[in-house]
Amino acid sequence: MAQAPAPKPSAMSATATQARPATTTQARGGGEEMNGAQSLIRSLERAGATDIFGLPGGAILPAYDPLMDSTILRHILVRHEQGAGHAAQGYAHATGRPGVCIATSGPGATNLVTPIADANMDSIPMVAITGQVAAANIGTDAFQEADIVGITQPITKHNMLVTDPADIPRAIAEAFYIATNGRPGPVLVDVTKSAMQTQTVFNWPDKIELPGFNSGAKPHSKTVQEAARLLATARKPVLYVGGGVIRSGASEGLLKLANLSGAAVVTTLMARGALPDSHPQNLGMPGMHGTVPAVAALQNADLVVSLGARFDDRVTGNLDSFAPLATIVHADIDPAEIGKNRHADVPIVGDLKDVFADLVPALAEEHIKHGKPDLEGWWKQLDEWRTTYSLGYTPTDDGLGSPQHVIQRLGEISGPESIFVAGVGQHQMWASQFIKYERPNSWINSGGLGTMGFSVPAAMGAKVGAPDRTVWSIDGDGCFQMTNQELVTCALNEIPIKVAIINNSSLGMVRQWQTLFYNQRYSNTDLNTGHGTARVPDFVKLADAMGCVGLRCESDADVDATIKRAMEIDDQPVVVDFTVSRDAMVWPMVASGTSNDEIQYAKGIAPKWDRED
Amino acid sequence: MTDKHTLSVLVENKPGVLARVSGLFSRRAFNIHSLAVGPTEHPEISRITVVVDVDEHPLEQVTKQLNKLIHVLKIVELERDRSVQRELLLVKLRADARQRTEILQVVELFRAKVVDVATDSLVVEAVGTPEKLEALLAALAPHDIREIVQSGTVAIGRGARSITERALDRNHGLIQNAS
Repeated sequence: MAQAPAPKPSAMSATATQARPATTTQARGGGEEMNGAQSLIRSLERAGATDIFGLPGGAILPAYDPLMDSTILRHILVRHEQGAGHAAQGYAHATGRPGVCIATSGPGATNLVTPIADANMDSIPMVAITGQVAAANIGTDAFQEADIVGITQPITKHNMLVTDPADIPRAIAEAFYIATNGRPGPVLVDVTKSAMQTQTVFNWPDKIELPGFNSGAKPHSKTVQEAARLLATARKPVLYVGGGVIRSGASEGLLKLANLSGAAVVTTLMARGALPDSHPQNLGMPGMHGTVPAVAALQNADLVVSLGARFDDRVTGNLDSFAPLATIVHADIDPAEIGKNRHADVPIVGDLKDVFADLVPALAEEHIKHGKPDLEGWWKQLDEWRTTYSLGYTPTDDGLGSPQHVIQRLGEISGPESIFVAGVGQHQMWASQFIKYERPNSWINSGGLGTMGFSVPAAMGAKVGAPDRTVWSIDGDGCFQMTNQELVTCALNEIPIKVAIINNSSLGMVRQWQTLFYNQRYSNTDLNTGHGTARVPDFVKLADAMGCVGLRCESDADVDATIKRAMEIDDQPVVVDFTVSRDAMVWPMVASGTSNDEIQYAKGIAPKWDRED
Repeated sequence: MTDKHTLSVLVENKPGVLARVSGLFSRRAFNIHSLAVGPTEHPEISRITVVVDVDEHPLEQVTKQLNKLIHVLKIVELERDRSVQRELLLVKLRADARQRTEILQVVELFRAKVVDVATDSLVVEAVGTPEKLEALLAALAPHDIREIVQSGTVAIGRGARSITERALDRNHGLIQNAS
């Protein structure tokens, strides 16, 4: 087994040595003497981190001292640890590299719980570092003590407590390895203050020993061939594309498979942009608020090839009636996903890059044997649905602006190289529906956990990771009020994100359900931020107070000019308060728990099916 | 129809590993019937024996989820007829001299042992399959049972093959550190 090169003294160590000649000296045996805190910072540098989001406190304080001297790590001081976590997620989403966040013990650590759970649900590579009380005080209910390893056990891919400073480099190396290999996910490393304050010898591990870690098998050639045969012979094939394609960086392979197979393609909420929306076979998003053609394609398919998707309830609707006629091919890097919700007739375990690399030539060979399948009838049907049930909206009667119009124009004016980061709710669904995504890593949202408040800090992280791209946070007035404090961080650290608040003065998605399912009894969904209300807070003033430019747009007619104005400002964060109608609803919709066959195109309008089943 | 399945889970001997394994069962809504943990012939490996009440399909799912835990090395389902499965039972009974004779007859019948005797009590120890121990308890039921303590099932496959050896042979976990 080849050995990795011995650790090179980094720029940071030179600075640190100058600052503290007594504490970092060359020890016998090759390693360098330093304290645990210095070892932690050095380890993060060696692991490849360059940007970290965090907020100091008592237990993590030792680490912040050598951090000050690091020339490799840029630390961005957030205003709330949740912001650090979501920023790390946005960073990872935009770049594919692991996001790093750091917090102190107790409340600092518990404030990371939501982003960690979010990253776990959406398979985002993330490393969270938390300080812990001194080892001798663990278990004594010490000041700011929380068992964060216990708390985050069910919501991390892995986590660990480090009490011995000698273990720090190995723990950090393992954390980065585990977070990024196999199915990505969050890893938390809890380091005691005593470990950080104790002298140790820094030795970066040459190799990582994780006998129980399975980073994923190579796809089995037999099942790949079977999948190819099915794709070559199916008459109504659909590629059901999930976020795994984005995580794997496998968009190129997907494009090849789509082109070669001629199959219909649906891209889930986590996979928007995995295949360009302009691709003629892309039917858009399936699921609860998916397009009618995407939902209908799955319901009528004779073959569904799932690629890095997990048959989530928001996609399948009532599981028993999901894609009832289809043979299922399920490819995923995580064997536990296969057959979890829907039986897989052909299981393929592997990284999607490898799956495409094997499946595309296998399919080409099948085409030589069987000829290309005749999909003319299938596409005639799909095109009919596309024409009859195209995505659209009608303005509401109250004369206020249409949220869909704002979001559509944002996409068109800002263009496909931009990154769009949504919160959770109506605006998120409209942003998924009405923006045309042409490349991966251009759409960021909280899919699995559905975390309100995700957008602003995640947009901040995305902008740090991709400073040359325009980053739009598309947020709701409810979501925005949860985490907007990170705009202060953006303003002070020159992270010029743009925020479009789709302000309908309500918790819009909840209000929509109250309209549809609770007899229009609007219990606790009015936020008083819109037209003719107390307008508390005033988002324009709030933006101004936080060092951002605040703009307001109150009618459809002003939308283009306002967006253009926001696009012109590049040295400061911009917040635009788009006040829109609260009566606009997200359509199409499959009501929760019902069959996808019951999809409503708009209120009271259900497509007619003539399926032979 | 649910069924009892016996899983042998080989784990790295690391802090918190039992909590990780048992937590996964409760999180995914699986009912643990019994659980036993102890060292193995390799100091760095512990062995957890879990008996779960579960259908075949969810059993596969929980096994896959267990396999994702970093410290879990190997999971083997031990079929009842191809393994030896034992539990340990200790029963404290109140008994005077007359009752003692009757209890001792039951103890002998079940090849159990008396491991503590006082003037008015005794403690019976028995090792066996869950069915045998159940039968023993039924036989002792007419007497004045004061306390029962029972271990989880431990199980080992019949024949020469060792699951620990096979787990170590895999050795796929040695990973080069790229950075």
